[in-house]
Amino acid sequence: MPFSTQDPNVRQDWLTIGSARALAGHAPERPWRTQLLGNTVRAWRDSNGEAIAKADGRQLPLLERYGYLWVWTGDGPQHPLFALPEFDEHGRRIVDCGGIGVATSGLRVIENFLDMGHFPYVHTGTLGKLPHTEVAPYRVEIDPQTDEIWALDCHFFQPRASASAADGIDAQYRYRVMQPFTAALYKSCPNRADAQDVIGLFVQPLDDEHVIAHVLLVYFEDRLSDAEMIAFQHMIFGQDKPILESHRPRRLPLQGPLESHMRCDFASTTYRRWMRARGMTFGVHTD
Amino acid sequence: MIRLYDYELSGNCYKLRLLLHWLDVAYERVPVNFHPGREHRSRAFLQDINPLGQLPVLDDGEFRLRDAQACLVYLASQYDHAGHWYPDDARTRGTITMWLATADDLTRSIAAARQHYSFGLDADLARCEALAHATLRLLDDALADTQAASGQWLAATPRPSIADIACFPYAALAPEARIDLRRFPAVQAWIHDLRHWPGFIAMPGIFDPKL
Repeated sequence: MPFSTQDPNVRQDWLTIGSARALAGHAPERPWRTQLLGNTVRAWRDSNGEAIAKADGRQLPLLERYGYLWVWTGDGPQHPLFALPEFDEHGRRIVDCGGIGVATSGLRVIENFLDMGHFPYVHTGTLGKLPHTEVAPYRVEIDPQTDEIWALDCHFFQPRASASAADGIDAQYRYRVMQPFTAALYKSCPNRADAQDVIGLFVQPLDDEHVIAHVLLVYFEDRLSDAEMIAFQHMIFGQDKPILESHRPRRLPLQGPLESHMRCDFASTTYRRWMRARGMTFGVHTD
Repeated sequence: MIRLYDYELSGNCYKLRLLLHWLDVAYERVPVNFHPGREHRSRAFLQDINPLGQLPVLDDGEFRLRDAQACLVYLASQYDHAGHWYPDDARTRGTITMWLATADDLTRSIAAARQHYSFGLDADLARCEALAHATLRLLDDALADTQAASGQWLAATPRPSIADIACFPYAALAPEARIDLRRFPAVQAWIHDLRHWPGFIAMPGIFDPKL
């Protein structure tokens, strides 16, 4: 079965096929199976412990990074995977929250991740609270070196910004879109005033309308258990999931009357414009 | 204090959170790394907490109970002094117990398919879907009869009982198992009614009607 798209935005880039942990106990005769761009990918560890992934009988270039497996499905020259230096920073705790399946385009998952406006309505009592609905002005930049989108100087009142938060805070945020299907959020760390915790969102596109959304925490946190930290993230993501799945069309439209003059939508409109400029077609709705 | 071995996205754990909240009984949540850690299948959990590798598990002092439906019966019997949730009447208890068994069919079908779509766990989707439709049909027919007689609740009680709590989560989460509830209008009306019962609390995937 071939990959279902030729879109270079996904074929000529690294895409995750999930956590490296998934390969435990798998061998060539008993491969771990997952799906990517409409195709089946089989993966395992060889006798040297190297991760191997194959699709259509062909071995795919593979990186094992940030606790995740990344494959390159195209033929073109490979560029480096995005940098996430915090992953290797001393004292950081890495907690893999795993992947959750969502029946929608991965572009909608990333766009929702960038949207602070939904916090008081969808994540009431944690990431937001009525009547604190205002999204204060923030800046959006595209890094000329990396072509990554950055939303800067974001802040939002959060009654319980994380699993360890005791009181409401005006949480400081920075968002970053590294690839069409990967993003990261840097937010105030409740345990260290001089640092930000990082939440990585790595979306594995199964096809145009179905994904697995993987969440990785890169935190300064030494009091809570993994299960407590994961429970908080799954609560938040579980609240987003039914809303993401209710959108029609499932694919994200990039054309049409999308330019919003609402400053709170600045990150989202930049994301759509950025994908239009790249000629994105995978996961995109066209009339 | 009561300890609930809990997973945020589990409908069976949510049943107990819902009843404990309605009974106004304080409890401590012990989060279990169900996904991705599969801690409920770890040797330590199987040996020390539940040999069946399932959630929820309830500790009330030294008394330990597994099985969501068994926990509902225990909590209502022990802490609902008004006897609303598990009325002391032979026919009512018989009817409630019948629906508690139906709740297990919803777990075997809707919860299994939902775990497949959400967590990538293996499931026989055709079998799940067939059992889900048969079980929702059973619920829908029973609720349609009740609603025709101006009732609302599964065991024909004047207020919701643990029969309603037991069947509610996975019926309401059916869309996450890619099962369309529009074919079951009496079930939809009943989900609406329970969500609007005073003091209702939500879980991810089941909305708080106040929002």
